[in-house]
Amino acid sequence: MHRYQAGEGDRRAMLEAVGCSTVDELFSTIPAAVRGALDLPPAQSEEEVRREFWALASANAAPECFASFLGAGVYRHVTPAVADALLQRGEFFTAYTPYQPEVSQGTLQAIFEFQSYVCQLTELDVANASLYDGATAVVEAVLMAARTLPGRRRAVVAGALHPDWRAVLATYCEPMGLAITDVAWGGDGRVDLEALAHALGDDVCAVVVASPNALGVIEDLPALARAIAAAGALGVHAVAEATSLGMLAPGGRFGFDVVCGELQAFGIPAAFGGPLLGFFAARQQHLRQMPGRLIGETADAGGRRGYVLTLSTREQHIRRAKATSNICTNHGLMALAATIVISLLGKKGVREVALASHAKAEYVKTGLRAQGAGHRVQLAFPDSPTYDEFLVLHDDPDGLLARLKGEGILGGVSTSRFGAGWPRGILIAATERNTREECDRLLAALGRLA
Amino acid sequence: MSETRTLREREGLIFERSSAGRVGYQLPPLEVPAADPAATVPAGLLRGEIADLPEVSEVDVVRHFTRLSKWNYSVDEGLYPLGSCTMKYNPRINEEIVRLSGLAQLHPLQPEEQVQGALAVMWELEQALLAVTGMARVTLQPAAGAHGELTGMLMIRKALLARGERRRKVLIPDSAHGTNPASAVFAGFETVEIASTPRGTLDLGALARHLDGGDVAALMVTVPNTLGVFEPEIVEAAAMLHSKGAFLYMDGANLNAFVGIALPGKMGADALHINLHKTFSTPHGGGGPGAGPVAVSPALAPYLPVPTVERTGDRYALSYDRPATIGKVRGFYGNFAMLVRALAYIRSLGGDGLRSMAEGAVLNANYLRARLAGDYHLPYDGPSLHEVVFDDSIQAAAGVKNIDIAKRLLDYGFHPPTMSFPLIVHGALMIEPTESEGIDELDAFVAAMRAIARESREEPELVKGAPYSTPVQRLDEVRAARQPVLRWRRPAD
Repeated sequence: MHRYQAGEGDRRAMLEAVGCSTVDELFSTIPAAVRGALDLPPAQSEEEVRREFWALASANAAPECFASFLGAGVYRHVTPAVADALLQRGEFFTAYTPYQPEVSQGTLQAIFEFQSYVCQLTELDVANASLYDGATAVVEAVLMAARTLPGRRRAVVAGALHPDWRAVLATYCEPMGLAITDVAWGGDGRVDLEALAHALGDDVCAVVVASPNALGVIEDLPALARAIAAAGALGVHAVAEATSLGMLAPGGRFGFDVVCGELQAFGIPAAFGGPLLGFFAARQQHLRQMPGRLIGETADAGGRRGYVLTLSTREQHIRRAKATSNICTNHGLMALAATIVISLLGKKGVREVALASHAKAEYVKTGLRAQGAGHRVQLAFPDSPTYDEFLVLHDDPDGLLARLKGEGILGGVSTSRFGAGWPRGILIAATERNTREECDRLLAALGRLA
Repeated sequence: MSETRTLREREGLIFERSSAGRVGYQLPPLEVPAADPAATVPAGLLRGEIADLPEVSEVDVVRHFTRLSKWNYSVDEGLYPLGSCTMKYNPRINEEIVRLSGLAQLHPLQPEEQVQGALAVMWELEQALLAVTGMARVTLQPAAGAHGELTGMLMIRKALLARGERRRKVLIPDSAHGTNPASAVFAGFETVEIASTPRGTLDLGALARHLDGGDVAALMVTVPNTLGVFEPEIVEAAAMLHSKGAFLYMDGANLNAFVGIALPGKMGADALHINLHKTFSTPHGGGGPGAGPVAVSPALAPYLPVPTVERTGDRYALSYDRPATIGKVRGFYGNFAMLVRALAYIRSLGGDGLRSMAEGAVLNANYLRARLAGDYHLPYDGPSLHEVVFDDSIQAAAGVKNIDIAKRLLDYGFHPPTMSFPLIVHGALMIEPTESEGIDELDAFVAAMRAIARESREEPELVKGAPYSTPVQRLDEVRAARQPVLRWRRPAD
């Protein structure tokens, strides 16, 4: 018998108890017409499995072997050893959704702390227990707006939203009969406020604004919030690089109704893009329309504080076809990881990581400026504020990135993969994990190879 | 707070541990000039320190979360018979493998030649899932089962639109998991519930009547169903649907019951999601992340989300060349770290082991059914596969409900069964032991369940007041919902 199961003796004793001579008898209800054997190689030892995956992992190039300036939705930040050590406790990772609060207080309290952190980061009232990723978080925000403002059947995407997020939004909106209007960015990389004014109307339920946006530029959130509020729509501030919230005021401060997006930057490994960590925060008045699980504080019969899943009448297991979302399993363990990392960083560290990342990016920008006006790599929006990622223009970004790779540098993400309508260039992200030497090497290589 | 509590029971919120000046990290030296954000960013867009974040040391954080962890019940501790959730053992080798830096640290936008190993993992997993299902193609992107359902239903919608048909109705048996109707609605359909037969199975007569009424896009059905019973007429149902141009969506939450024995492709399924966190052992993580790949028939393959992984010779590539695609359903390519674990599990078990897994799951469920049948009422007595659904009707005579039985089980050291569905069973106790358990663990569970049955007759108040031995007693859920406290706030001393 396989090492993950009990033995033949167990099987014989149980077969006797159920009155069968072979285990096949238990499958007698499955018709012959649908039967079929499994054409897969035989069971392997742990050592063989390890060997195969070592080979697969070695067929990849780990970014540590490079000076990496990749971002565009997944960012490299401090990952304290404590986070993964705690995550590997079986009490956390081999439990499930805390349906039985009396034996799930660990998960429940940790996620209550997570919700508290998200509220603090976003300056909003309530946050849920996580969603899949930033892209689906924006979807849930738009769908919530459509439920909240019935009759308004159009969403506006203002400025540069990550192209994957924009594509996912389109996938979800079309069957729901929601139209999407895109508002272009202006020459400074920010939402063109005049164009936004033209796009708004009394049929708009939500306006999505990414800041920092997918070009790296920080938007004028107060001005946008005023325009959105005047149109009676819900404002959605989408955040792709969550550590930016350690330096930049969140949309919640300015009147945005939802702040949501991706928390991967707080200690979630890149893992080739998943699992990531969607977050969702909103104003109190939207609580009953929120998607996903919520943890609430209460007390037991003895008056002792405890935590439970609550307000589940919004959810699919109660409301079925009328639920606020179809989400069931969320990204709980990733939420725990972020909770641990934010706890370790704390009041001082959340800010310090943001300032250090910003400083590294500014260092590279300053170096590029110093290379002069005639250089073939130019800042796309030289006068616009950025956080830890910015766009440089180049007429052959893919060729340039290939040359940089030859020197051990992953120089950024080419916008050629973003599709038509995006400026040709490279998004460069620098964080506190990039050393000065790496930044200098990037600058020198750009100087020589562009 | 009571003075009699032990240290670990006194663990408060992380915010309550905060002490000015403590830090739990250290960054490397900045090395570059500090950049004053106000020099480049308008002051109104900046923020300072977030005042209410805690100040704690690394030791504080380790102690805090370690103590919290001890308040959880987990598969590592014992039987976790949460029906339909398939709480099986999560192999440690998978945790080791997924942390290899060539997998864990891989950025999704690295050049394709640098991620050949990752693409190979995805391609190999797709091949394995094709072998398991007998279907035509698989998308690995959905992040969870419900996400897979939505993806599958969007493909069905797109396939109908490609034929110029905008059908509105999706039929769903009354025994279905709640995500089925929710996912169908978010894919733009209306749901029509169909009543199960007195045996708890799909009613072909009702199916025929609805199909004759027209406008039916698909049937969503779980096989085996949520009672753990194989749908005996699934092939006929598929033929009826197909003859009317409708599709069969199969919920694969219970796929673990027949892996290596039967193939959904032969049942006529057009789309089937596979919960890797159920059948293929990826950890449930206290509520995810999961992964919900969807296998499809040739009829739906043109509509798969992009990208897919394609192999040419010994090279792998992400392909966006699928003109009729439903588009993207999430960022990047899937919950890759869960895909790695699932493939490692499939390699560890092999074809023979996967079949043995299904056999063990079914035998264990039948063993519990046989041993508990006298003490608990079985509302539907069709042959069980991987799970068995009892109800509380015997105990209800003494006023003991399924929730009371569940809470009393906690005192006996077990996680309770599922109670929230199937909705066709009032007071359900849906028990799924999985293949991970040996006869000793199952016998201990039987002894606990029998003791509770006896207590329900003799001392019902004891059962109704349970649990007594857990870190907290029954919590006031009404208060939690009526006066929601969903976050910590600094007390206004």
